Amino acid sequence: MSGSSAVSIRNISKSFGRGASAVRVLDDVSVEIGEREFFTLLGPSGCGKTTLLRLIAGFELADRGVIAIGGQDLTQTPPFRRPVNTVFQSYALFPHLTVEQNVGFALEEQGMARDKIRSRVGEALEMVRMHSFARRRPSELSGGQQQRVALARALAPRPQVLLLDEPLSALDLKLRKEMQIELKQLQAEAGITFLFVTHDQEEALTLSDRVAVMQGGHILQMGPPREIYEAPTHRFVADFIGDINLLEAEALPGDQLRIGQGVTLPMAHGKAGAVTLAIRPERARLTAPGAGTLDATLIHSAYLGTALLHKLELPGGGTFLLRQSEVAQTPLESGSRVGLALPADALRVLDQ
Amino acid sequence: MNIRRFPMTREVSLLVLAYLYVPVLVLVVYSFNANRTATIWSHASLDWYGRILTNPSIQAATVNSLILAFAAAIGATTFALLAALATSRAFPRRGAVEAVLNMPLILPEIVVAVATLMLFVALGVQLGLGAMILAHTAFCIPFAYLPIRARLEGMSRSYEEAAQDLYANRFRTFRRVTLPLLWPGILAGFTLAFVTSLDDFLTSFFLSGPGTTTLPVYIFSAIRAGITPEINAISTVMLVISVLLVSLSFFLSRLRR
Ligand SMILES: Nc1ncnc2c1ncn2[C@@H]1O[C@H](COP(=O)(O)OP(=O)(O)OP(=O)(O)O)[C@@H](O)[C@H]1O
Ligand SMILES: [Mg+2]
Repeated sequence: MSGSSAVSIRNISKSFGRGASAVRVLDDVSVEIGEREFFTLLGPSGCGKTTLLRLIAGFELADRGVIAIGGQDLTQTPPFRRPVNTVFQSYALFPHLTVEQNVGFALEEQGMARDKIRSRVGEALEMVRMHSFARRRPSELSGGQQQRVALARALAPRPQVLLLDEPLSALDLKLRKEMQIELKQLQAEAGITFLFVTHDQEEALTLSDRVAVMQGGHILQMGPPREIYEAPTHRFVADFIGDINLLEAEALPGDQLRIGQGVTLPMAHGKAGAVTLAIRPERARLTAPGAGTLDATLIHSAYLGTALLHKLELPGGGTFLLRQSEVAQTPLESGSRVGLALPADALRVLDQ
Repeated sequence: MNIRRFPMTREVSLLVLAYLYVPVLVLVVYSFNANRTATIWSHASLDWYGRILTNPSIQAATVNSLILAFAAAIGATTFALLAALATSRAFPRRGAVEAVLNMPLILPEIVVAVATLMLFVALGVQLGLGAMILAHTAFCIPFAYLPIRARLEGMSRSYEEAAQDLYANRFRTFRRVTLPLLWPGILAGFTLAFVTSLDDFLTSFFLSGPGTTTLPVYIFSAIRAGITPEINAISTVMLVISVLLVSLSFFLSRLRR
């Protein structure tokens, strides 16, 4: 990632509808996406991901804010003059044109010479391994093949930025995993900035250089997958991505946290009053009773092959998930008392 | 409950079919009658078909009808296409526009025909083919509009967005994507408008001038001179053409996207 921004979104707001029925879909969103970055917008249905993508493509105009691509302000520019291409969720391949004609569509619009178009189309189809389907119609292709053609069509004009709106969501799991790998390779090969939209957290973590987690028209947290996973700053982010244990706690002066029933543990928190503590199931450890941070009761254990997943009951009520990777140990009886160690470096203090 | 289980559904259906189609069937059968008197059967022949091919009045009327139907269908389809495109996307008063466009389906044709005649006379417009084309275009619009509208409605907006995303401006998007995808609907609309104009009697009757008789008007005046199997033959030809064109239109509007 170089220092310059491929896409720069500053204070974008967008509402649909007028007057009293207006709904604000994006609220003061700002993002900087670097050159050649694989950037992912992740969030639940209806949080505004598609809307943000459509604003960048130019299909919608923002109520407020600035969109710049490659350093140029394109906030008011129509879509056909923006150096970005979109891979639509529905693919939107032109049904009346062949695969070849679909992929060459943009090149023709750019006024490229015929033989140059032919070789470019060939290259693009080669890249997605669809060259043997050049003469077919989109209706004669499977979902995965259509997806590849859509990708080739968007990549053929070599845009500065490729926008992908849940391009893999229509594919079955196996094909999806394959396409994820291919997508990542393609991006590296083509050297193009990818702005990817998904509501699949695993997909986001696997593919991205950086992830922005959205909710209700806001970006809650933005950062590399590792940071999003290991150091969530919001309760929503922690909850949305992977399994996590959330504990209600009280921040005490002198860098102490009280976790119910008089258990305190030392931790720098910089807050006061009620807070939420988060810890991933794999970061907590089982100890002998009394030797951990607190004691709990085992409800049951599930064998996962490479790990054991324990479900524990905490003294204050509430359950706790713990993932133990040393499976070799003697199994624990349901109902037995265990100690629960919560390493301070694995605990996160969250914003509500 | 299944309607097919009602007693006598079959018999009733057959009766309705007979009611609808027996007159037409009789007309068609007697067009192959050799006898001069249309209602007395002697033996089968194609004489009358030969006759209508060589009858100069029928030839002239056919030419007039075709010119009129082509011109009116082109005019009506153009208007209908523009109206459908203009009202397709989140257009606030689409209902009102459609009501106005579809008015010819509701208004009594005789009233409109008389009104048009009076207007043309008042304005000094000469009656004849030109006047007929103007009037036919107007009442053919809804027939052209409905298939185009349906096609447009079923067309995903994302194709046009994809075209714009791939650097086609609005005009190029229309030419390379919208128009080709709408084409079956446009043809279906054109065909329906064409048939509607071809079959029209009332408006043509009021507005035709000397030498601009159309086929339906010719049939009407010929009948006053007595029913001959010749009329059966022309009517059969018109019937076949209409059925073929309407089927074509139906087929076109059901074409896959
Ligand atoms: N053209 C529109 N008119 C009115 N409301 C809209 C329009 N487009 C989107 N919305 C609303 O904006 C909100 C965000 O929609 P958007 O499509 O951006 O969500 P999303 O995050 O892409 O969701 P999903 O994961 O389901 O695709 C939704 O509540 C939606 O109903
Ligand atoms: Mg979406």
